[in-house]
Amino acid sequence: MKKTIITVVGNDTVGIIAKVCTYLADNNVNILDISQTIVQGYFNMMMVTDATKCEKDNGVLAKELEDLGNQIGVVIRCQHEDIFNVMHRI
Amino acid sequence: MINIFEVNETNKMIEQENLDVRTITMGISLLDCIDSDLETLNKKIYDKITTCAKDLVSTGEAISMEYGIPIVNKRISVTPIALVGGAACKTKEDFVTIAETLDKAAKTVGVNFIGGYSALVSKGMTPAEKLLIESIPQALAKTERVCSSVNVGSTRTGINMDAVKLMGEIVLETAQASKDQDSLGCAKLVVFCNAPDDNPFMAGAFHGVTEADTIINVGVSGPGVVKTALEKVRGKDFETLCEMIKRTAFKVTRVGQLVAREASKRLGVKFGIVDLSLAPTPAIGDSVAEILEEIGLEHAGAPGTTAALALLNDQVKKGGVMASTAVGGLSGAFIPVSEDQGMIDAVNAGALTLEKLEAMTCVCSVGLDMIAIPGDTKASTIAGIIADEAAIGMVNQKTTAVRLIPVIGKGVGEVVEFGGLLGYAPIMPVNQFSCDAFVQRGGRIPAPIHSFKN
Repeated sequence: MKKTIITVVGNDTVGIIAKVCTYLADNNVNILDISQTIVQGYFNMMMVTDATKCEKDNGVLAKELEDLGNQIGVVIRCQHEDIFNVMHRI
Repeated sequence: MINIFEVNETNKMIEQENLDVRTITMGISLLDCIDSDLETLNKKIYDKITTCAKDLVSTGEAISMEYGIPIVNKRISVTPIALVGGAACKTKEDFVTIAETLDKAAKTVGVNFIGGYSALVSKGMTPAEKLLIESIPQALAKTERVCSSVNVGSTRTGINMDAVKLMGEIVLETAQASKDQDSLGCAKLVVFCNAPDDNPFMAGAFHGVTEADTIINVGVSGPGVVKTALEKVRGKDFETLCEMIKRTAFKVTRVGQLVAREASKRLGVKFGIVDLSLAPTPAIGDSVAEILEEIGLEHAGAPGTTAALALLNDQVKKGGVMASTAVGGLSGAFIPVSEDQGMIDAVNAGALTLEKLEAMTCVCSVGLDMIAIPGDTKASTIAGIIADEAAIGMVNQKTTAVRLIPVIGKGVGEVVEFGGLLGYAPIMPVNQFSCDAFVQRGGRIPAPIHSFKN
């Protein structure tokens, strides 16, 4: 299964999770895990998702999420999990 | 499973500390293009490059998007052109047509540099190699993306002093031929000793004859990441410092390995090596000199610089080697002056001289790199500097290189602007005493005694 890590960082406001989740649901991306913290006043969320059923390829997903982030005023990144696995796991 | 702190650490490296993959370089062998007819040769070269590398740039961009890691450059290296063009080229102008073909192919596939306008003459020169070397000034002036390199010595063969003398003149001629652009041509010309066959970094990249038909080599970077990591161990002992560099180098290299593996898979081209280099850019926070300052020096060039650089270089290798299946190329810290803001500051402050840079090249990869010198420097002086650097490489069994830029019409204290990744540089003074008689001797410096290992 190809896992995609989605991170959302920015000023906390109403409806961030709702908007991101709605987008993911619309695109058939399944959320496997969510963790969230507030770091130095910043909203900081990480989602582990399964995008295998999503018809859009990863690059398009990343671009659209980035645009969504710009609308809400947060930074959204969508990355293949392997970049984190290789860096933090031997 | 990966946790949020690890994810944030990686993304912080990318966003704030300039972590990137510096280059994906596709090596392409042109040996099967060899033809005695110049026109046919040029056509074969153009066709092979534009076929093999047609998806290189788009694949690099797709990987970059998917993993969220910038891949700054996509480049190509080819078989040394002196070997490829030998049968067809009877004049310097014939060789220049090949440079123009390479330039055209590079533009077609969208890579920003193509390396391999090269000759390997560490022991002797064939007539074709001599012709190619003599054509370099014209080739670099007439093209935009072609990079050239000449290997003038090695630990096994000694130093070809005839080639060294010739290169002193060629560097000056190249500067003259591009004097309208502040002698920019010289930024695309490297003189090597012990040149590696699989170096992905420009301007010295070429596809060695020991390599497969096509290959993917990747150069990682990340001076900013190392610098930031070292801020956490300020004032701690050397063991702690070294451990921190190793851990960071490991992480950075793993990303390079991932990108190399993906690029190789998607392009259907064998993976060659990851080059573990700390390659600075003129951007703030992307500097090797700043790492040296973080280790405890007021400026790069202060006493202790050579030791600090030696430990940095060694720890980067120790951390990186375990992170990659195959390591090669130059693999070490780069210390180009114009491409590193901390180096420029050190020169301006009077802390860093050409002689100290030469000492530093004994313990790190590459050599005297991107150094602007006065335009009225004599060819024999440049040859003398090349010989010194080549001797360091030959005796220490390492790669050394010289990329000097004699800026025509400018002198010490003036500043020269190259733009982009090449940066800007203050012109540094050169020792004025003559080495004419030394350079004029000609011939070859024999290989050192410790090269006889058989």
